[in-house]
Amino acid sequence: MQSELSIVWIYPDLLSTYGDQGNVLVLEQRARARGIQTRTVHVRSSDPVPQQGDIYLIGGGEDRPQILGAERLRRDGGLHAAIQRGAALLAVCAGYQIMGTVFGGEEGQPVPGIGLLDISSGRGERRAVGELAAEVDPALGLPTLTGFENHMGVTRLGPGVRPLSRTLTGIGNGDGTEGCYAGRVIGTYLHGPALARNPALADLLLSWVTGPLPPIEDSWYQALRDERLRAVLPS
Amino acid sequence: MSQLPLRAQLASALGRTAATLSRATGRGDGSVIGGRVGLMLEPDLLRKLAADRKLVLVSATNGKTTTTRLITSALQELGDVATNAFGANMPAGHVSALASNKDAPYGVLEVDEKYLPEVLDTTNAGLVCLMNLSRDQMDRAAEIWLLAQKWRRALAGRPVHVIANCDDPLVTWGASTAARVTWVAAGQRWREDSWCCPECGGPLDRSGFGNGGQGLTAAQMADTNWACRECTFRRPEPSWVLDGEYVTDPRGQHWRLDIQLPGQANRANAAVALAVAETLGLDPARALPRLRMVTSVAGRYTTVERDGRSLRLLLAKNPAGWLEAFDVADPALPIILSVNAQGPDGRDTSWLWDVDYRILRGRPVLVTGERRLDLALRLAVAGVPFQLCDSFEQAVGLLAPGKIDVIANYTAFQQIRAEFGRAV
Repeated sequence: MQSELSIVWIYPDLLSTYGDQGNVLVLEQRARARGIQTRTVHVRSSDPVPQQGDIYLIGGGEDRPQILGAERLRRDGGLHAAIQRGAALLAVCAGYQIMGTVFGGEEGQPVPGIGLLDISSGRGERRAVGELAAEVDPALGLPTLTGFENHMGVTRLGPGVRPLSRTLTGIGNGDGTEGCYAGRVIGTYLHGPALARNPALADLLLSWVTGPLPPIEDSWYQALRDERLRAVLPS
Repeated sequence: MSQLPLRAQLASALGRTAATLSRATGRGDGSVIGGRVGLMLEPDLLRKLAADRKLVLVSATNGKTTTTRLITSALQELGDVATNAFGANMPAGHVSALASNKDAPYGVLEVDEKYLPEVLDTTNAGLVCLMNLSRDQMDRAAEIWLLAQKWRRALAGRPVHVIANCDDPLVTWGASTAARVTWVAAGQRWREDSWCCPECGGPLDRSGFGNGGQGLTAAQMADTNWACRECTFRRPEPSWVLDGEYVTDPRGQHWRLDIQLPGQANRANAAVALAVAETLGLDPARALPRLRMVTSVAGRYTTVERDGRSLRLLLAKNPAGWLEAFDVADPALPIILSVNAQGPDGRDTSWLWDVDYRILRGRPVLVTGERRLDLALRLAVAGVPFQLCDSFEQAVGLLAPGKIDVIANYTAFQQIRAEFGRAV
């Protein structure tokens, strides 16, 4: 295992609308708790995306920053190179849509994405706002997904990706699934600190880089998960 | 004040009765229900009540209620002022405020950011005061760039004079279509929502930014210049400048603020209030003593006593507000934090992750509120030791007699106020 885990947070100046920093902080904390040193790079949209990172994160944002973010990522090419090298990526909400072939702009017009995931998104009829719970693809071996969604997007999954989960409550992609994954790229509508509510997902991203991880004391994570799942799922 | 038509008179009288009943039955302070009853009976009531007054509208993400109070206090030097002092900042609250003081020649209305275009259109207010825009309750509020764009459209082509904070790029953009703007350099602590140019999306070059605005030194705070790297949008030259405790007026004269309300955010609110007062003919020499009379605003900054404990109540509704509250809180004191996620708070607690809580390390921290587990995990990840409490009362009981700071978000704050009988 390498000495230092490199986390790259892409475009917090454009795409960090609501608590997206939480995913960075949770990855750092859960690595640290296992004695793994981390180094986090905040890449502003005027700067190049480094290609040598281990885990990349991109967050949510308004329509206009989303379009700007997609343009700059395409022009830059650094993220593509990193993913081809085998780096992991968690893309959230607007960042998730950007990873596809197309997404909906301010007026619903199609805007080209950057094509890292075989998905296409458009604007839905109504805003999906609220708590979401979903059963994760058994192949990933993760417990129930929990989080908050706030988006207008509807996302169709192509044959090149698998749904991350099937919704128990909430809207997600709009077809009964929520998020998707392919290789080491994960996309989700669960915005902001999705990893705080789903520490096992954080550990999955970490383990793709570091190999198997020992368990850690994380009772506050579990307490919050239990409370939120109890609040939205019939017992 | 001209006579209201009979129907409007009746509508406002019935509204006042409903407000009185609401207060008498302990259901609320009556500002919303009274206005709703009035508006039901006479939809054009707000327009009629606003006519023939000198009206100031006050809007921002944070500091609306306090700034409204400061401006009101200043203008009372000139005459009677109608105002929505209780923070009921939508049209029903405005009707209630103006109807309860029909003869006042001045009106100062706090206006919800989203309602500003509508209220401006209805009231034809001559003065608008805009302080800051930042992320806030996004599960129901509009995205703030869209909000600023609506302000631009609403202000364009109107004979309105805007007093605006030019240290906030988004506010500057939102205000700059107005026919006349007086720019106030009032500072900006929270900068996470202004990295990009609102005009073209290019990067904003800022002198004096530190670690994401959260760890700003005094010198960085004071240096607030900004300009877009890609287009011509840049900070306008201010007529009024706030620098720490001092405000410089357009004539270059320095004024020591020395207000009772604590913190740099309130000094910013006071600087803006001075600019508004001068526009209405009240110079700082006369306005300042009035600003200094304000000690608490709708319970905010009030100290309440319980069993030998003095609790200072601070309201913080969003990340920018938490930074302001941290600026006021005393690092030597224990602190109680209370967070809810009811409708008025926003049902989404993600914003907790935008706040840097590490500043609380080293003081006793007690955590309560309906979403205390969200806050508990947030603090655990930030490495801030804390104690979880089932109730506010339990938290107070766990602390030794003496001074205690309390920071709560909206409904959590109201619950605490209610425990003290809203006497604060």
